[in-house]
Amino acid sequence: MRIPCPLCGTRDRREFYYYGSEDYLKRPTDQGTIEDLDDYLFLRDNPAGVTRDVWYHEAGCGAWMVVTRNTISHEVLGSELVAKKKEA
Amino acid sequence: MRIAGKGLIDRSKPVSFRFDGKTFQGFKGDTVASALLANGVKLVGRSFKYHRPRGVLTAGSEEPNAMIEVIGASNQTPNVRATVQEIFEGLNTRSQNRWPSLRFDVMAVNDMLSPFLSAGFYYKTFMWPRAFWEAIYEPIIRRAAGLGSLSGKHDEGHYEKAFAFCDVLVIGAGPTGLMAALEAARAGADVILCEEDRLLGGRLLADDAHLDGKPALEWVASVEAELKALPNVRIMPRATVTGAYDGGQYSAVERVGLHKGPRPDLPRECFWRITAARTVLAAGALERSIAFPMNDRPGIMLASAVQTYLNKFGVVPGKRVTLFANNDGARAVARQLMAAGVTVAAILDSRTDASAVEDCPVYLGAQVTDTKGRLGLRAISGTHVGGEFALETDLLAVSGGWNPTLHITCHLNGRPRWEASLAAFVPLADAVPNLTAAGACNGVFDTLGCLSEGQAAARAALRGLNMAAADAVLPTAEGLPYVIAPLWQVAGKGRAWLDFANDVTTKDVKLAAQEGYTSVEHMKRYTTQGMAPDQGKNSNVGALAVLADTTGRGIPETGTTTFRPPFVPTSIAVMGAGGRGAGFAPQRFLTSDQASRDRGAPMIEAGLWYRPSYFPKPGETTWKQSCDREIGYVRGAVGVADVSTLGKIDIQGRDAGRFLDLVYTNTFSSLAVGRVRYGLMLRADGYVLDDGTSARLGENHYLMTTTTAAAGLVMRHLDFVHQSECADWDVRFISVTESWAQFAVAGPMARALLNGYLDQPLGDFPFMATGAVTVGGVQARLFRISFSGEEGYEIAVPTRYGEALFRDLVARAETMGGGPYGMEALNVLRIEKGLITHAEIDGRVTAFDIGAAKMVSAKKDCIGKLAATRPGLVGPERQQMVGLKPLGAEKITSGAHLFIPGADLSRVNSQGHISSVGYSPMFDRDLGLGFLVNGRARIGETVRVIDRLRDIDVLAEVCDPVFHDKDGEKLRA
Amino acid sequence: MRYSGLKVITEGLFGNKGWGPAWRNPAPKAEYDAIIIGGGGHGLATAYYLAKNHGMTNIAVLEKGYLGSGNIGRNTTIVRANYYMPGNSEFYSHSLKLWEGLEAELNYNVMHSQRGQLILAHSDGQRDTLARRGNAMINQGDDAELWTLDQVKDFAPYLDFAQTRFPIYGGLMHKRGGTARHDAVAWGYARGADRRGVDLIQNCEVTGIDIENGVVTGVQTTRGAIRAKKVGMVVAGRSSQVAAMAGMRLPIESHVLQAFVTEGLKPIIDSVISFGMGHFYISQSDKGGLVFGGDLDFYSSYAARGNLPMVEHVMEAAMTLMPMIGRAKVLRSWGGIMDMSADGSPIIDKTHIEGLFVDAGWNYGGFKAAPASGWCMAHLMATGQSHEVARRFRLDRFRTGHVMDEEATGSQHNLH
Repeated sequence: MRIPCPLCGTRDRREFYYYGSEDYLKRPTDQGTIEDLDDYLFLRDNPAGVTRDVWYHEAGCGAWMVVTRNTISHEVLGSELVAKKKEA
Repeated sequence: MRIAGKGLIDRSKPVSFRFDGKTFQGFKGDTVASALLANGVKLVGRSFKYHRPRGVLTAGSEEPNAMIEVIGASNQTPNVRATVQEIFEGLNTRSQNRWPSLRFDVMAVNDMLSPFLSAGFYYKTFMWPRAFWEAIYEPIIRRAAGLGSLSGKHDEGHYEKAFAFCDVLVIGAGPTGLMAALEAARAGADVILCEEDRLLGGRLLADDAHLDGKPALEWVASVEAELKALPNVRIMPRATVTGAYDGGQYSAVERVGLHKGPRPDLPRECFWRITAARTVLAAGALERSIAFPMNDRPGIMLASAVQTYLNKFGVVPGKRVTLFANNDGARAVARQLMAAGVTVAAILDSRTDASAVEDCPVYLGAQVTDTKGRLGLRAISGTHVGGEFALETDLLAVSGGWNPTLHITCHLNGRPRWEASLAAFVPLADAVPNLTAAGACNGVFDTLGCLSEGQAAARAALRGLNMAAADAVLPTAEGLPYVIAPLWQVAGKGRAWLDFANDVTTKDVKLAAQEGYTSVEHMKRYTTQGMAPDQGKNSNVGALAVLADTTGRGIPETGTTTFRPPFVPTSIAVMGAGGRGAGFAPQRFLTSDQASRDRGAPMIEAGLWYRPSYFPKPGETTWKQSCDREIGYVRGAVGVADVSTLGKIDIQGRDAGRFLDLVYTNTFSSLAVGRVRYGLMLRADGYVLDDGTSARLGENHYLMTTTTAAAGLVMRHLDFVHQSECADWDVRFISVTESWAQFAVAGPMARALLNGYLDQPLGDFPFMATGAVTVGGVQARLFRISFSGEEGYEIAVPTRYGEALFRDLVARAETMGGGPYGMEALNVLRIEKGLITHAEIDGRVTAFDIGAAKMVSAKKDCIGKLAATRPGLVGPERQQMVGLKPLGAEKITSGAHLFIPGADLSRVNSQGHISSVGYSPMFDRDLGLGFLVNGRARIGETVRVIDRLRDIDVLAEVCDPVFHDKDGEKLRA
Repeated sequence: MRYSGLKVITEGLFGNKGWGPAWRNPAPKAEYDAIIIGGGGHGLATAYYLAKNHGMTNIAVLEKGYLGSGNIGRNTTIVRANYYMPGNSEFYSHSLKLWEGLEAELNYNVMHSQRGQLILAHSDGQRDTLARRGNAMINQGDDAELWTLDQVKDFAPYLDFAQTRFPIYGGLMHKRGGTARHDAVAWGYARGADRRGVDLIQNCEVTGIDIENGVVTGVQTTRGAIRAKKVGMVVAGRSSQVAAMAGMRLPIESHVLQAFVTEGLKPIIDSVISFGMGHFYISQSDKGGLVFGGDLDFYSSYAARGNLPMVEHVMEAAMTLMPMIGRAKVLRSWGGIMDMSADGSPIIDKTHIEGLFVDAGWNYGGFKAAPASGWCMAHLMATGQSHEVARRFRLDRFRTGHVMDEEATGSQHNLH
């Protein structure tokens, strides 16, 4: 399996750390509700199909990225930097 | 017997080898199977369940019968296929799964008990009496199970792993693969050509085919020469591609040294990870047998195997050969045998409309219904259109048709398609992205078709790579159609084998259907068909056909089981190459490592690091003596310890303080320059992630420390928080753990030591201060922090000075009645001060639990703050950190549970546990840190410490975890 | 027909013609008292105990493929009761007791073999944690022994004590732990349920859950609509898809776990051995193959297959721990879909829809739990109340913070 790092190009999966779904990007502040927390940490769509999750190029450049891929075929459809997403 | 003038072995190089204690001769290029057959050996193994005498069935890695053990000088390898193992001088082998010998195996009694040992019999019995299952039945079953045996000794063999990348991977070097490789290589693509055999050519060699009117050998040799001369081609013989994985990645196992005997300069095998942009699967096809009664005797082989032994090894393992087939292609075997001077007793063709014109008798509509010859075939009998027949024959060559070798196309969950006209499964296109199946593995069985498919597949690959075709010219070759009439089973009294390796017969499949296990997966699991070392290569289609027939369904309707990696059984050692011993994980060493070892300090694992446990002095006989002494150094004089393993992260920028405020529970933006503060970090779900100190070295410059255990975790966490929440802030950070060697100098004389050593005296350097200092002209950083509770400092220098600094500090400490201290002493010191490690913050512990709720600032958000407010993470039901002091001087242990005296020792009554224990010389007893329900409200209470694993039942006082110097007077001296 | 050694002999003498189908293959009725979605180990056990313990026999199990085609059909077969978080302790303890009587209960040899499970410790800290766990096990009424290095050497002399990267300090031995034949468990429960009148419907995929005014009324399937007042979702890795049919999201992420089996070998490994520094566990089946596995691949997946990095990591762990198995050849690898929960512990609970129940979140530990999961899910479906030993397996525990985190890794689904 190979993952496309936006900075380094496509690299072997073993260079990366997988965290979980992109729900991890929705951290509620201390003013948030328990529903916000549930959505952020626990509840998941967990799709059998196209999903978006956050990966870290741990053995490479240290960039966090959102990878779009298919959980049934393992096809990797693309990736973009987490940092860029926030700017958008 | 050997046939003169035939074979591709090197008759000028005779080789001696042993099998079951007897010495045989063969030639270089022989396999154990071909050499044994040449020597007239028919009996090579005993079957798994019934211990029936078995001979060689095939000439390839799919061999189900001829499994042998290779005995090395110091180890043995079980379950080696005699058909794959090339002989070398001194090779020592033996047969498996028989006792006392291959000819006389007592377990053959199982064959007589076969009606009671049918499919699934063990599910219906061995249940009573209950105790007998584990005591009697199971041990017997286990001893009877398995084929070869491991020696139990460490595998000291040498194995390697490698990566490779290419534009086009060609799997198989028969006519299809060679043509594909030629086309792609001439076009300039980077090509890797993998071939399982030692020779390129595939069935061109086995069939003695002719291309351009000449022996195919010549064409193969010229293609090979051309490919070898090209810089963009890697040819890999003896390399089997074992799996297809995601992203164009394939695994392959190369037999590097297995055919040469042990040599120190050669690995036994190499495991390849090949990443290919495009792949051509040219893996050929495997012939299948026919399930006729008593079809498993030594001397019954696949027709293609007989042909392979004739043409590649110059061996015919019989004097009077009979052919039993349902297709045209098998006729060539009989013709070649006769041309080589071998007697062919008859061709038994199951079809009624086939040609009867051959140079030997031909029986049409023929079926074999019985065979004779327990240790080697003697005779067969059956029926044909003309009535019955009985023939004397010592070699029966069987051909039930061909199965495309499409396994790799199923590795990514693909399923094949049943092609009725071929009576075979063929691969679906696009089952593996960017892989094209071509030739026989795609259901094209004639030579011309294979050459043409190989070229077409390469052209498709080149198009995908935006490269122009090479337009190689195809040689002329036969293009005969594949004519077959399916014959799956022959009725008769005797058992008819489907899966030779697991001893599964047509009766078993029928019984499974009778008992309702009609899905092909149920049938497989119930009968164990297809679960043997050949993984169904010789039996899947036949068994499926019998099941379909029995349940009145067509083959496509009945379905098929799937194929998974590895394509051939692959040794754990080669896939785990490099993992043996220390190779399993990196080793990280301190700059003080050598100096510590010089002093005899046992170095113990702390994550990937090695740290000194204690520093023994002459005369000390136990670790405790050393540890007590080292504690004394720190409490009474000065101790030196290497603390470089703690994570260090350098953080800079105008928003550095703001960033720390986000990741820590407490506030760091308010920290003054030149000061250090203890910080607590929470995980996203509100539990404690790590603790440590962060120092403000400058207006926009902080240095964070983490625990050793969590250094990598915290770094990843910081990267995530930064990039996901505040990528636009002015803050950057980097790990500097390995850039600085850092040492603790602790004790009442620590200041004196430093004052006498640093280039400038310390002056007023208060507790929790930090500053730049120099030592011997080297820039260093000094921190006044303490993990021991004594006046303590930590001094950091660039790593390259670490060893020298350590030696100097230790030498000076020793002149002051102190010296180095290790992990054991460090642990006691911090327990006496109630300081936590990951033994306490074990991942289930909150700030509230450790009494640090006040450290979570109410004035700002931080990671984990909201999650930590969930009701289950706070309150009197939580187990809170306390100190535990045994009332007497009794031993307590980490892992012991805490009970109210008088309560039953049951799980529901457990009030908590002890997380850390150390013997404290100061208190002359064990001290413990632990967690107790509502602990902070129960200081002074007596609890019962129960460790039922180590027979400990002791009363202890619940106390404040800070046992020593509660007000920190010594710290702040 | 009752199975027994005598029957095997008498039937064998007469051509084995008397054995009948192990279960019927009925078409689904229009309505049942209860429907269980999922014909794997847990679903079949639930059906069995609904019939046996609660007299509910007008029930159906709906399985989209063939019975036992999910994780019960391929796993590393370990059965143990060495969990230590309150909530888990009592549950697995109950499950192990059910295992110990299972052959007799089902009249099917599931080949449950209590050959012991040894978890190795590679540091003082690990040994301390194992001690805490072992004491919890004994307090629960189960068995545990803390072994020294010498005891481990005696028991498994083939381990690499001298050169291994992470030296062995000792271990925790759980003698009542062991293995069982996984397919047999599915078939045993299926046959048992069927004999009690339960309809086992194969090749029947649920495509929708019918709900009216917050009450479940039945399901839609590829074989038609079926009414029922009680519906249990017991589909492991597919839980999120089925729950979505009821408009629910679950605290679950589906991941792939790979496992491996070698060719058959004469007996060499007697018990289950678990490595503490690379998540590797191994045992030897009664057919002789070494059955072993390691970590998840760590990315969410429904592919039921994994990739090379974890394959290699598992093999490397094998070589550093017991290099004597280097010459054994891996015959087959496979992967399952693991329903990883947010704390690593399971869910057996009602939902906000009346009559709709969920049994999910077994991570990669579902096999050993099958008997108690079925027992407790049956209890919940029949009585509407959680069974005592499963009362903490609540859906809402993540919101309240009453989690059971055995691995102590927090709320990240794939770290459990």
